[in-house]
Amino acid sequence: MTVPDLAPLWLTLQLAATTTVVLLGLGTPIAWWLATTSSRTRPFVEAVTALPLVLPPTVLGFYLLVFLSPTSSLGGLWQSATGSALTFSFSGLVVASVVYSLPFTVQPLQSSFETIGRAPLEAAAMLRAGPLDAFLSVASPMALRGYLTAAVLTFAHTIGEFGVVLMVGGNIPGRTRVISIAIYEHVETIDFASAHLLSAGMLVFSFAILLFVYVVNRRIPVKLS
Amino acid sequence: MSAETLSVAIDRRYPDFALGVCHDFALDGITAIFGPSGCGKTTLLRSIAGLERGAIGRITHDAEVWQDERGTFVPPHRRGIGFVFQDARLFPHLRVEGNLRYADRRSRDHAGRGIGFDAVVAALGLAGLLARRPGELSAGEKQRVAIGRTLLARPRLLLMDEPLAALDSPRKAEILPHIAKLPTAFGVPILYVTHSLDEVTQLADRMFVLAGGRAITEGAVGEVLEHLDLESADFGDETSSILDARVVGRDDRYRLTRLDLAGQSLVMPESDFAPGELVRLRLRARDVALAMVRPEQVSIRNVLAGRVIELRAETDSAYADVLVDVGGSHLRARVTREAVDALGLAIGEPVFALIKSLAVDRRVRAPGTEPRRETGARDGA
Repeated sequence: MTVPDLAPLWLTLQLAATTTVVLLGLGTPIAWWLATTSSRTRPFVEAVTALPLVLPPTVLGFYLLVFLSPTSSLGGLWQSATGSALTFSFSGLVVASVVYSLPFTVQPLQSSFETIGRAPLEAAAMLRAGPLDAFLSVASPMALRGYLTAAVLTFAHTIGEFGVVLMVGGNIPGRTRVISIAIYEHVETIDFASAHLLSAGMLVFSFAILLFVYVVNRRIPVKLS
Repeated sequence: MSAETLSVAIDRRYPDFALGVCHDFALDGITAIFGPSGCGKTTLLRSIAGLERGAIGRITHDAEVWQDERGTFVPPHRRGIGFVFQDARLFPHLRVEGNLRYADRRSRDHAGRGIGFDAVVAALGLAGLLARRPGELSAGEKQRVAIGRTLLARPRLLLMDEPLAALDSPRKAEILPHIAKLPTAFGVPILYVTHSLDEVTQLADRMFVLAGGRAITEGAVGEVLEHLDLESADFGDETSSILDARVVGRDDRYRLTRLDLAGQSLVMPESDFAPGELVRLRLRARDVALAMVRPEQVSIRNVLAGRVIELRAETDSAYADVLVDVGGSHLRARVTREAVDALGLAIGEPVFALIKSLAVDRRVRAPGTEPRRETGARDGA
């Protein structure tokens, strides 16, 4: 039995970590807006952020491929700015993963913010805390569980993606060949031993991280009644 | 301290309710905003705080415009207001001390108001609670912490929205004296929203009565209660008179406290009031009976001689309201219309008021006196 190439594993972890960080930053204002706005456009924005849950990954991947390719305006802009194409690159994978995993960040955060409600923020305002101060000092610590759930779901969901990655990134070793694609290829080439090893590794890893989350989640002192 | 003025002229319309208030509140001591549930008290208070943006109109605090028709709207965190909510709203992720420090840290620039961390902790008895989490506190303790936290925001004006409504009677009794002493101890005027007449008479110097979104009347608590039109404000059986009497002494044998009211004597069960102290009495109109001659051999010991100065019969009910002058103080009695006719009660007639039950609302500061400002090393307390 050959020692399996570990590069896809590292690439996958890198992609998932980057996507999670980007999405927590991007998803927070979206979730906050959705949780607090009384705007009529809210259902529209909610539907758009939930789309990746429903669309087949190939459909999402197809559109992303179209919009990210150097011939499109967005892809062209990126290429002239960075000198490399978004498609079939790690950066392209990050963009695709951010879109693909968006609902997994926004929805837990939004429901967390909605549970907290306006009351604690009003209390903070009456203690001389401005809106940003109140958000950082009251809303986000109270939403700690929401953040943990969002981070883990986003991370795990990004690790598990296949269709979108294949469409946008292809299968370039060291650049876009993530673990799910590596496993697929091992099976295609009837290298079941490597497929077994990587799959088992994924299984154990996924279980371990979920277990960690559920244990930690129970220990977070903030309980929202 | 010259009283600051809060001018409110606002309109707030809902599909099924409208609040319209135009009033200058003289901010001194405790002013109760009183009215039945759903009369707009909370909306008024939240508009003053800036938590309610829907009100149209003008709100100014002394020379500072908080809101006007031209779009000025000072956000709530810049108004220098403290707000004690009915539900304490402590931050669950911070311990009691963290909650207090949260306010303390953000109001350092306003430290000139002379409110210190240790003084607040001592005044509200919070020392034993500092290390606890909000979830481990009783409802009464939570509200005490909330009051302390609000004080540490060093507000210019304290708004309290039914802070005792969620508490049972023993807890209320535990917190009332803490609230009563705030204006004197910390120099903060309070607007206190409540639908409980008990709380008004025990705490407030002045009261503002709201019903159906409209202001009914405003003034010193005693005067307002004396002249309040019962039906419009829906007080039912709680209509009361407020009288100030002086403690003259104690009767240890019978365990009674003797009081003097304009030269006439009153007794009440033993209390811990000191001789010379001025106390506020509340007499419910339905607990006052009238007689044309001084009754002999009757168990009621409190009988006051007076003169009828106002008579109002409610033609659509069995009752009449009789206002009796007792040496300058006014006493309201609620008797049947039949009794008025049978006794031949008329304005100017001398009568004797028989008081069946006497409630004393302990006073922290006697009406008419300036609040004592405690100065000095509060932080070291």
